[in-house]
Amino acid sequence: MSSDQRRPSRRRAPVSAGAPRIGVDRVACSGHGICAQTLADVVGLDEWGYPIVADRPVEAKDADLAVKLCPARALYLRP
Amino acid sequence: MSNETLWYLSRATGLASITLLTLVVILGLLTSGRRRPFGERATIVMGLHRWVSLGMVAFLTTHIVTAIVETYVSIDWISLVIPFTSAYSPLWVGLGTLAFDVLVAVMVTSYWRHRMTERAWTAVHWLGYLMWPMAIAHGVALGTADQPLLRGTTLLCGAAGALALAWRLTTSYADRDRRRDILAGGWS
Repeated sequence: MSSDQRRPSRRRAPVSAGAPRIGVDRVACSGHGICAQTLADVVGLDEWGYPIVADRPVEAKDADLAVKLCPARALYLRP
Repeated sequence: MSNETLWYLSRATGLASITLLTLVVILGLLTSGRRRPFGERATIVMGLHRWVSLGMVAFLTTHIVTAIVETYVSIDWISLVIPFTSAYSPLWVGLGTLAFDVLVAVMVTSYWRHRMTERAWTAVHWLGYLMWPMAIAHGVALGTADQPLLRGTTLLCGAAGALALAWRLTTSYADRDRRRDILAGGWS
């Protein structure tokens, strides 16, 4: 297990009602690791740099930004 | 605005455009040629790539409009979209037009990326590799010869972009290399 492995943090920020959850298209994902930066609360990276997503809602505006910044267009929102 | 002001404005915004465009190209190369996930920097690089490209459009629009409106050299509105139609320096102005046409295609496809297949989007986005050298050639050929700062900046942009391109070509391909590493390491 490499040292740069990061898990999603346990800290939970309060999230508004009806907030979306994050999904990853595993085929499209090419492990840029940007979602783990913009959504540090719910996304961590495995030892190869691919996302581990916690099944928790995130603020819609943070989620939108993360989806927009994904270079591989692999992130999506789910209810 | 006097004709002279328009002329200077056109020079200045042209220079700003080529500098910002080069920056956008370098940021794009850094994203696609990454060697491993590089955390915060990757996010900043990606954000700048997206938003500097939009900012560049403001400068480029001013550059194009002032170049057409001013009457020191004759460039008609048709040269906005159809390359090699300008009375003044048809080849070099034409390269600028061609680069602009490609830029519009790249920006439109990126705006509607979510409505396209990834393959189609990538194909259009790769045209950027053609567009950037055309813009550099356009700038070097037309950047006022008796002003070394103008031509020098464009040449510097060319050198910086070429360096980034060389890095991209010699760099590993993150996905392929990672797959190879994982296969070599087995599924522990």
